[in-house]
Order: sequence, then structure tokens, then C-alpha cells
Amino acid sequence: MDLYNNQKSTSKIKRDASVNDRIPDGLFLACPYCGVQMYNKQLGAFRVCDHCGYGFRLQARERVELLTDSFEEMDSEIEMMNPDFPGYADKLARAKSQTELGESVLTGVAKIEGEKVALGIMDSYFMMGSLGSMTGEKITRLFEYATENFLPVVLFTASGGARMQEGINSLMQMAKVSAVVAAHQEAGLLYLVVLTDPTTGGVTASFAMQGDITLAEPHALIGFAGARVIESTIHEKLPKDFQRAETLMTNGFVDQIVPRSELNQVIAKIVKLHHVTEV
Amino acid sequence: MVNIGLNLFKHELTPAEVVKKSREDRFLAREIIDGIFTDFVELHGDRLSGDDMSVIGGIAALNGTPVTVIAIDKGIDIHDKLSKRNGSPEPWGYRKAQRLMKQANKFHRPIITFINTPGAFPGKTAEAQGQGEAIATSILESMKLTVPMIAIIYGEGGSGGALALATSDQVWMFQNATYSILSPEGFASILWKDSKRADEAAAVMGLTPKDLLAKKVIEYVIPESRSHTRVFNLMRKRLDDEFKQLNALSPQDLVKQRRARFRAF
Repeated sequence: MDLYNNQKSTSKIKRDASVNDRIPDGLFLACPYCGVQMYNKQLGAFRVCDHCGYGFRLQARERVELLTDSFEEMDSEIEMMNPDFPGYADKLARAKSQTELGESVLTGVAKIEGEKVALGIMDSYFMMGSLGSMTGEKITRLFEYATENFLPVVLFTASGGARMQEGINSLMQMAKVSAVVAAHQEAGLLYLVVLTDPTTGGVTASFAMQGDITLAEPHALIGFAGARVIESTIHEKLPKDFQRAETLMTNGFVDQIVPRSELNQVIAKIVKLHHVTEV
Repeated sequence: MVNIGLNLFKHELTPAEVVKKSREDRFLAREIIDGIFTDFVELHGDRLSGDDMSVIGGIAALNGTPVTVIAIDKGIDIHDKLSKRNGSPEPWGYRKAQRLMKQANKFHRPIITFINTPGAFPGKTAEAQGQGEAIATSILESMKLTVPMIAIIYGEGGSGGALALATSDQVWMFQNATYSILSPEGFASILWKDSKRADEAAAVMGLTPKDLLAKKVIEYVIPESRSHTRVFNLMRKRLDDEFKQLNALSPQDLVKQRRARFRAF
């Protein structure tokens, strides 16, 4: 039986145990959607998986860079003044330093391919983009500004839903923002939503689903209830593409799925088609 | 000694006790409707995809004045509860409500909603049919109504599923009802990764009528009594009074005031 037990055939190359320690963190990534491993730089400026087209989550300020010709931030000073829930202040402080934002949304007036819009971008790196009262306040003011100045609103949604630490006040934001969406709508102005990964919970159940036109990024997770909650309610395993942008489009809730690199052109085109023609 | 005895029976319920009580089947939607209104005519279906049993809607008379009534009901026996998913509406339940709201607007009828729901149903079909969109549109359309609307939470007021019918001029709550962003169990499991700390969560969530009245989330707490008739009589009187005042406003002012009510948060 020595034939099968040939000691000599074992590899003479020693495995270097420390090799993993010498590779810097974040050099290689796995796509959260398709799972394919790739070299970080392969993602390119838009940070898109070149295998499946999934757009990696971006910070609001990164998106401004990619999307706009110019951007003038508004209400940057607005932030939660009295976070009284235990541990909330610490979480806020960490989120602020990570994102250089005062809240989970960045708002301002932007030019996208020459088109002037009121732009809001939610940041999932800020407490999972949760809807706090100051998040709601910034979005509300964005709509009020847009209505006063006859501007379209372009809003990029990214949110895990309500901000638990703020309790019922977080829920009230859904109605507060809806009130200004209604006023903006009545003024005959365009509200364009871009659903990005992830848009869930209270944001989906309010302003994310109130747009005149709704775009989405490829494979973005969009839904109301969390997948785990649904699975434990109906005792059934959910399919892989459940609550993904493509499924929502099939079901009739998304107008178009637009790759990140084309978003600025598509947005500008839609805005242009809503110019009020002088009579 | 007498004082001690009285306090023993009249002690204020803890938030956790209110949560427990709010989940008991103390009032049925149909009982409330029949107790307050006359000539209730039930209307079914959303004209799009179906009829959700958990949302009861229709027209009725409040002291002789036509009104639109929309109520979320949990059901009473097991069969009823299953078909109503214990008061968790499907998207077509909210769309049925939207249909009735628009109808009320057309005929200048005030709207009264009765809410008792753990939340919108988290299901596969619900997601496919756009649970988020259904709630979002309910909220948005409520903001545009030119008729007065009063929402009454008579049990659980669970999150967006409750807000969909509570974007109104006034929100009232029964004495032993709750209104919150999430169930205390869910809250504890999200924040502390332990759903068993629900009682503790209830205490910090501020979900009781007293807390919500202080925060101006609601306008009025309806005192409960063992005699349901007494509760209904009180509500009929108060609804009538409030609608008289709200009806005195011009449609524009009414909408403006409703939006300002939520702008304050």
C-alpha cells in the first residue's frame, strides 16, 4: 500500500502562514449581491461590481462628487441637539465623524449635467440612513426650498427605516415629509426618486414611494418589511431576488433601473423634459 | 386605610401593562361602529386587487350627518383572526381605505378611522403588491383631503401601518391603547438584541396615551369604562363637537392646519 502513501510526493513548498496578515484590509472585496471576489480597484470610480453591476454603497459626499457639476449644501448646521436615549449620543458622534455629515441626509442645490435641482442624498453609513427627526427636517426644508424656488427635487434614498432611538418622533417624520411632498406636487413640480441599496421600512412607506418618477440602482434592496421578519411570519424561505430593484420593476413599482455611471444623464434628461415651457 | 385601598385598585398602569391591555380584545371594530353611528353601510374592495377583511369601511350617520368610517379590525374567533391576520392589513386594505377617503372627499363627508393593528402585514404577497407604496400613498392622499378627519386608536397603533390611517386633523387614543414606532418586542430585539426585554422597552418608548398627549402626538385620551355604551356616547358627542369646529374652517385652512400639525415634529 506504499503506493498510495508516498511521502515524497507531498509538497515541498511551505505555506506561508503570515501571508494573510501582509495583505492590506479591503484590498479584495466580495460583491454583497453576487458574491464574486474582486480586487478593490476593479470597482472603478463608480464602485460597481463588474460581474453583476451592483453598486456598492456610497457615502453621500462621494455621490455628490460622481453626480454633480456643482453642489451648494444647505442646512449643514442642522443636527440632533438633545439625544436623550441611552447610548444615542455616542452613536451619533461616531456617525458624524465617519460621514462628515450632521445627519443621515445631505441636502443642497446642485447642477446635474447643467440642470439645476434641489438634491437630497441619504447616507447609509450614518446610522444606517435611519429616519431621525433632523433627517426629516432637512428633507422637509429641501422640499420647502424647492417649492418656493420652483425647483425639481431629486432624492436618493438609502435607509434602514425608522430611528428607534427617537421613537414616535421618527414615525411622525413620515407624515411631516409627506406634507411637503404634497405641497411640492400641488405646485406642479417634479419629484424624482432614486432608490439605492438599501431602502426599507418607514422611508419606503413614505417619501421613497411618493415620487412622480422612480428610478433604482441595479440589484438595490428595496422593501417595507425586513426579509427575516417576513420569513418568520409566513414560515417560508424567500427567493434570492425578493425585494431587489429588478423584482420591484417587474411588479410595477420602479420606472427604470439605471446603472450608476448613467444616472446623471438620465436624471438631467428627465428634468429637462419637465421644463415649464413659456407661453 | 381607606386611601390605601383605593390606590391599590386605582393605580396607574405601567407602560408594559398598558401594552398588554391594548392587545386584549376589548372592543371590536363593528361594536364601536354600531355603538357610535347609525345606518352603517359596509363597502367592500379596493377596485384594484381585492377586499381586505382586516379593514372595515363604509358610510354611516353620526347624529344624522353622513360620515365615512374606516376601521382596522383584529377579529374575535380564531377563524376571523386568521382571515384578518390579527389586524394586519394587506396593501389592498390600505388601497380600500384610500378609495373610501377619496369618496368621502367627493361627497364632503368627514372621515373617522378606528385603528387597532400590530402593523402592516409583513408577507410575501404584501411586498410584491407594494406594502410600502400603499402606506406611502395613504399618508400622501390624507394630506390632501379637504374634509376633516379624526383617527382613533382603540388598541394597538403599530408603526406605519397605523400612521397610514392616522394622518389626520386629530388623533385620539383609548385610555389603554398604544401608539409606537415598533412593538416593544421588536424594539428590544433591534436595540438590545433581546426581545425578552420588551417590558423594559415599553417603559422607555413613550407609547402610552399620557406620554403621547404630552408630546402632542395625540389630542385626546378617551376614558374607558366597563360600560361600552358610555364610552360610545361620549365619543359620539365629542366627534360631533369637533367636526362642527373643523367644518367651520375653509378647505384650504383645514389642509394647511393638518399639514402644520405634522410640520411641528
